[in-house]
Amino acid sequence: MSANGSILETDGLTKIFGGLVAVDAVTFAVRRGEIASIIGPNGAGKTTFFNMLTGLYKPSFGRVVFDGRDVTGARPDKITKSGLARTFQNIRLFGTMTCVENVLVGRHSRMRASVWGAILRPPFERREEGEGRDVARELLKYVGVNERFHNTVASSLPYGDQRRVEIARALASEPRLLLLDEPTAGMNPAESAELTQFMQKLREERDLSILLIEHDMKVVMGVSEHITVLDHGEKIAEGTPQEVRNNPKVVEAYLGKQE
Amino acid sequence: MSAVAKAGRAFSLPGKGSKKRSRVLAALAILGAIILPLFYESGSPWVEDYTIALAYVVMALGLNVVVGFAGLLDLGYVAFFAIGAYTIGWFASGHFAQVNIHVGVAEQLRDVPGIHLNYLLIAVIAIVLAAALGAILGFPTLRLRGDYIAIVTLAFGEIIHRVAVNGDEGVFGIGEFNLTNGRSGINPIDKIDLPFVERFTTLDLRPWYWLALAIALVILFVNVRLRDSRLGRAWIAVREDEVAAVSMGVPTTKVKLLAYSIGAAMGGLGGSFIGAFYEQVNADQFEFSFSIFVLAMIILGGLGSVWGVVVGAVALSLINTRLIPDVFNSVPQKIGLDFDLTQLGFGIFGFLLVIMMVLRPQGMIPEKRRAAELVDHIGTGSESVYEVRK
Repeated sequence: MSANGSILETDGLTKIFGGLVAVDAVTFAVRRGEIASIIGPNGAGKTTFFNMLTGLYKPSFGRVVFDGRDVTGARPDKITKSGLARTFQNIRLFGTMTCVENVLVGRHSRMRASVWGAILRPPFERREEGEGRDVARELLKYVGVNERFHNTVASSLPYGDQRRVEIARALASEPRLLLLDEPTAGMNPAESAELTQFMQKLREERDLSILLIEHDMKVVMGVSEHITVLDHGEKIAEGTPQEVRNNPKVVEAYLGKQE
Repeated sequence: MSAVAKAGRAFSLPGKGSKKRSRVLAALAILGAIILPLFYESGSPWVEDYTIALAYVVMALGLNVVVGFAGLLDLGYVAFFAIGAYTIGWFASGHFAQVNIHVGVAEQLRDVPGIHLNYLLIAVIAIVLAAALGAILGFPTLRLRGDYIAIVTLAFGEIIHRVAVNGDEGVFGIGEFNLTNGRSGINPIDKIDLPFVERFTTLDLRPWYWLALAIALVILFVNVRLRDSRLGRAWIAVREDEVAAVSMGVPTTKVKLLAYSIGAAMGGLGGSFIGAFYEQVNADQFEFSFSIFVLAMIILGGLGSVWGVVVGAVALSLINTRLIPDVFNSVPQKIGLDFDLTQLGFGIFGFLLVIMMVLRPQGMIPEKRRAAELVDHIGTGSESVYEVRK
């Protein structure tokens, strides 16, 4: 499967809540090293789809294949460990932890210290903890969080910085695919443009693929190489930004049918 | 955006300077605790009360791991006290008189029937049994949150109490094996006999006190180390937002079970000591009120705050064993009322809790994070991973 260059593939992925089909048999793929987007009107099932990819929801039907391995219905922490990290639409930092600590939680799956290690604190555990803190500070710097905030409690940071910390926390798990759920929500145009550039930089410097859900069309069209459009849980179109922009179905979903 | 509104008052976590100061304070407190019994006669009831207070410190620090660190409300903590106490009851008395097993015990015990193991062995067994029981209790609560966890743990504590009461004739009504000897209990329990020191006696209580202090200090150390570790961070993450935690790669199930197990192990260790100190174990010690008593200690002291929990445990224990029966007990008579104040112990603790909740919900020595969660309502996640994933 991964031979054809896909890092992530879904096959007929479906989620049904009660009688509501939130995501309906979506088959799609993200190629290695690609920045891809999922767009669609509110309630199209984008976040539900994301939650199935990351294991937070168990799919009703269909399969998720990440990096050549079937991860359908696997536990979220296992999926994160296998190299898929995410951010949340409504920032979900650990409010009473400092930025460094937040990022360290993101690094949990890459650290090994056990209960006994924690109590006895042997040299290897000290080293791991110290290295973890260095990595965390580096990542925070990398995403552009000012050093004076590193030991500040996350909930007291400005909104834009909280978004950045969330990305650093996701990066700490050393992902190969990064899922960003509306990363520019609540940002002004200048901040959005900055983030767009940052995503490209990330992809190039960190050997990552990025999949994002986004409402800001300027960001989507500017950064994505491949766009998938969902409406009422179904995939109605996909292709390059140019193709999607000119697709009558997409125009209809967003603007309504022309009478 | 809700996240902006959510951003509460900034608070800073302790820096290097205050760390140094608290280290000096801790060293002084420990030194004071070591020499404390020298100011009393060796058999003084004060030393007895202090020893019990220290045993409660061990229990409270154990419950602090579950409730304070991992944020799992546990109302059945008495179960681990019970398993620890029965461990010493079974393995250091003549209860199982049909067998003769003696490991590392004094000469005069060699001819006494029953199982007689050295206290060090018993402590290990108590820790292992309680930790296993903790995981068993934790398992059904994994799918639950908040109040529902409280109900399940409460029932679990009550099950253990019932087994203790009725365990003199089979377990769960099966067989006729006398496991607990019910309300009559198991006694006498062997005195603690440690290597390199004289066998403990009831005349000199200081060794008991020092052993309790040593156990309490070890557990205190473990608490601090766990708090500042990868696991400690994972507990905070799970407590604040389970869904975010699991998405960041924290195995929430494992992390929660570890909290239950570690907390239970500490309760078991404390229980084994109390069993030896009282020289008996009987079913009436394992009432639900014990769980509440220990919970009150950590809430009064400050949830999640290691030193707060120590202060809370010592304070409530001494109020219970000293202040109410000895100091205040004559008060009702003096003002012309005729009742026994010791009967009102739990009423007084309840009253203290209410006062505390109104004036200072974060406890006497609050933990910064917990205070932020309680007072400023930072930390939002309320759904459990199980609920989201089903």
